[in-house]
Amino acid sequence: MSAEILEERRLSIQRKGGGCGGDGMRCDAASVAGAVSQRACVYCGARVVLNPITDAFHIVHGPIGCASYTWDIRGSLTSGSELFRNSFSTDLQEKDIVFGGAVKLTAAIDEVMQQYAPKLIFVYATCIVGVIGDDVEAVCRDAEKKYGIRVIAVKAPGFSGTKSTGYRMACNALMQLLTPHADQPKAVGVNILGDYNLAGEMWIIKNYLRDMGIPVVATFTGDASYDTLIKAPTAQLNIVQCAGSMMYLAHRMEDAFGIPWMKASFFGVEDTSTALRQVAEHLHDSQAKERAEAIIAKRAPVAEEFLQRYKAHFIGKKAAIFVGGGFKAISLIRQFNEMGIETVVVGTQTGKEEDYEIISSLVNPGTIILDDANPAELETFMKEKGADILVGGVKERPLAYKLGIAFCDHNHERKHALGGFEGVENFTREVNLSLNSPVWQQVRTGASYHLRAQAPAKQVPRLLGHRSKRVGA
Amino acid sequence: MLDLTPEKHMDRTGVLINPCKTCQPVGALFAALGVRRCMPYSHGSQGCVSYHRTYLTRHFKEPAIACTSSFTEGACVFGGGPNIRQGAKNVFDIYDPDIIAVHTTCLSETIGDDLNTYIEEMDIPDGKYVIHCNTPSYVGSHVTGFANMMAGFIKYLAVKGKPTEQVALFPGFVNPGDIREYKHLLKRMKLKNIVFPDCSNVMDAPMTGEYKMYPDGGTTIEEIRALGSCRKVLALGRLTSEEPAAQLKRKCGVDFSLLPLPIGLADTDAFVMALAALNGGDVDAVIEEERGRLVDLMLDANPYYYGKKVAVYGDPDTVLGLTRFCLELGMIPSYVLTGTPGETFVRLADSMFKEYGRENECRAFAAKDLFDLHQLIKDAPVDLLLGNSHGKQIAKAEDIPLVRAGFPVLDRYGHPSLSIVGYRGAFALATKIADALMDAFDRNCADEDLDLVM
Repeated sequence: MSAEILEERRLSIQRKGGGCGGDGMRCDAASVAGAVSQRACVYCGARVVLNPITDAFHIVHGPIGCASYTWDIRGSLTSGSELFRNSFSTDLQEKDIVFGGAVKLTAAIDEVMQQYAPKLIFVYATCIVGVIGDDVEAVCRDAEKKYGIRVIAVKAPGFSGTKSTGYRMACNALMQLLTPHADQPKAVGVNILGDYNLAGEMWIIKNYLRDMGIPVVATFTGDASYDTLIKAPTAQLNIVQCAGSMMYLAHRMEDAFGIPWMKASFFGVEDTSTALRQVAEHLHDSQAKERAEAIIAKRAPVAEEFLQRYKAHFIGKKAAIFVGGGFKAISLIRQFNEMGIETVVVGTQTGKEEDYEIISSLVNPGTIILDDANPAELETFMKEKGADILVGGVKERPLAYKLGIAFCDHNHERKHALGGFEGVENFTREVNLSLNSPVWQQVRTGASYHLRAQAPAKQVPRLLGHRSKRVGA
Repeated sequence: MLDLTPEKHMDRTGVLINPCKTCQPVGALFAALGVRRCMPYSHGSQGCVSYHRTYLTRHFKEPAIACTSSFTEGACVFGGGPNIRQGAKNVFDIYDPDIIAVHTTCLSETIGDDLNTYIEEMDIPDGKYVIHCNTPSYVGSHVTGFANMMAGFIKYLAVKGKPTEQVALFPGFVNPGDIREYKHLLKRMKLKNIVFPDCSNVMDAPMTGEYKMYPDGGTTIEEIRALGSCRKVLALGRLTSEEPAAQLKRKCGVDFSLLPLPIGLADTDAFVMALAALNGGDVDAVIEEERGRLVDLMLDANPYYYGKKVAVYGDPDTVLGLTRFCLELGMIPSYVLTGTPGETFVRLADSMFKEYGRENECRAFAAKDLFDLHQLIKDAPVDLLLGNSHGKQIAKAEDIPLVRAGFPVLDRYGHPSLSIVGYRGAFALATKIADALMDAFDRNCADEDLDLVM
């Protein structure tokens, strides 16, 4: 593939100069038509945010595809209902497109209500629903009246913005859920926003807070359920982990319920320690602060020692990062710094201008910073900068492997918790495994796939025995 | 427990639960990836193509490239013409494919974008091509999209000519490993051929240390043009390949034989006989041996298959092939189910049940979902599940062994490069089925029943 870059994309790619400060990164905009974008749509953004709510019916109103592609792919763990791991769709057919899909949607809700007793249904309006003019909100309102439960429309036509728009639509739906519960007496405790309990990461954070004596009121949305979510307005503080998806909700909850918020990252020793201290400070809770220090004193050295043991394996290694949100990218750069790995390429799907400013301040000069990168760009810059490992999601994995670059999944498909002090060990182990697998000896030297070039030039008689010896030599 | 399925049958007209199909565009995109130096292009929102690429990557464990018109609200109101004009220009400028294969989406279909006109008015560089097909997501399934994209290529490119000695093979919605098996049989039968589309060496490209946006495999544009002068088309997969074969016949007058996917003994026999009819009746001795080995295995392991109940689900042609093979093995395909709509599937399955005297023990369903299948199994259980990865939840909930076959296999590696077609594919499949049944027995049996020798 050539190293050419689409003219329209030039403003979305930056090479960090000597100084710092992002100077006008083009980001948070729709992909250029014709680009092989790694990016998803409004529906996708809304779906990933709400999907982990375990006991809700998530009904996708549209043709079957949108439901098929999002069936049980999130890797969010549950301690309660498994309902969210099933796929529900109105599977719109041609006649529904012509005559409207509202009848079918009503039937779908009725059928669900006849068989089950959910307290909460989300109805996702996909691309086509907006175009054919189904009044999804009216259907939802009627169903709420009929059944006395919450039926909330999520306005997520794919074309109506970017994945970030979808995050906002999901947050709006959550506000619709919370608003009737605004007038509850305040409780002691916090909400955790923007953690999806991938590989149990929400549980790790909850354990720390429990040890600090801080109750968790509600979680958005990892391992969440209707009954816990509606208590959210009573919390003292919102801790926002994935800012990309949930900052908007934090702002809206501040306006509506007066809950202050703080950003926190639980990736890496440094960020996790800082996060725990700051939670205690925000709550003005000196006992929690002491307990946080005790946790840090106990856990941080263990994690750091673990890291030290592996550090020798990482000397001189370079990392490329391509993840969804800017905040995660920032955490990963810090974590790689802790490991002694230099980040040479960093990109996000939905990073904001302020994220890119922080990224730019964290990386060395010459580092490539990309918004909404495509495979050709990732390839070009990973090769140019000599990246040894790529951290990304499912679409990037085979690309990395094809280039002989190690890979670590920091997306839905992660199999081990990467958050908290536990996560430092898991992440270190995974990066090490991926970087130092014996398979790279086969892949990088190129020896294994150029047998013909290695075979003796002189033709030996084509007897079977000879030939197999030659290949093995 | 991962099981929300009640035993009591739920009558549903509104909600589909746990699909056994997906939408047309992903099939179209997959078909286009089987053409050399082709860039698949989705005329719709950017999310569609992202999902399709991810879905294909999850199955094949390979990169799957495609571009998108990246619709905005403006495009929905004023039409996607400017998007595709700019998009196609960008694609040729930067990714330099030989051909762009455009498919529509539910969105662009509903707003009524006229791709014929857009492409006619397009400024296409010399020697390059843009073709399209319509793939409304609310009609048919991914299999329909695959067939429509094939027909689209033929409509734009195939040229009528003096018949050559070449035979065209339409592979059906199968894996690269299956295509490799077809080619092995074609080679052994000494038939010059064009396989269209051909995802081998594209969706299972070998590791070479470099990333090729356009891998070495795929049917070439020249070959697609030459389809019009083939002496015969063998269209495999009755429900997948008929439409493109009919399109080629209409356009270029090339005759076709519509055959089932060659899965199992009888359907592979039919395929080999069709090849023999084209090469003067000569069946290669190596193929005879492969067949003999398959029959030998079916004989050796026969007590372990006989009377075992199986649920077969997935794409229509694959399911029909797997069902016949199960019947050949003496198994009882109690439930045979596809999510793809179309009563032909049910008719073909029913006549197969009759042929083997099993019409009272087996039932076939089209346009159903895996929730239906789970309810059926709760009603009367089976010994084995045979189908794609999505049956995993049922397998776990009911403790039934699952043999993975068809599309998609998301949760295992290596499958796309394996084959289920031909005698060798059947041999591998029969081995897996016996393994799964016997492993399940070993795992659950009393100590005194654990046998080392069979």
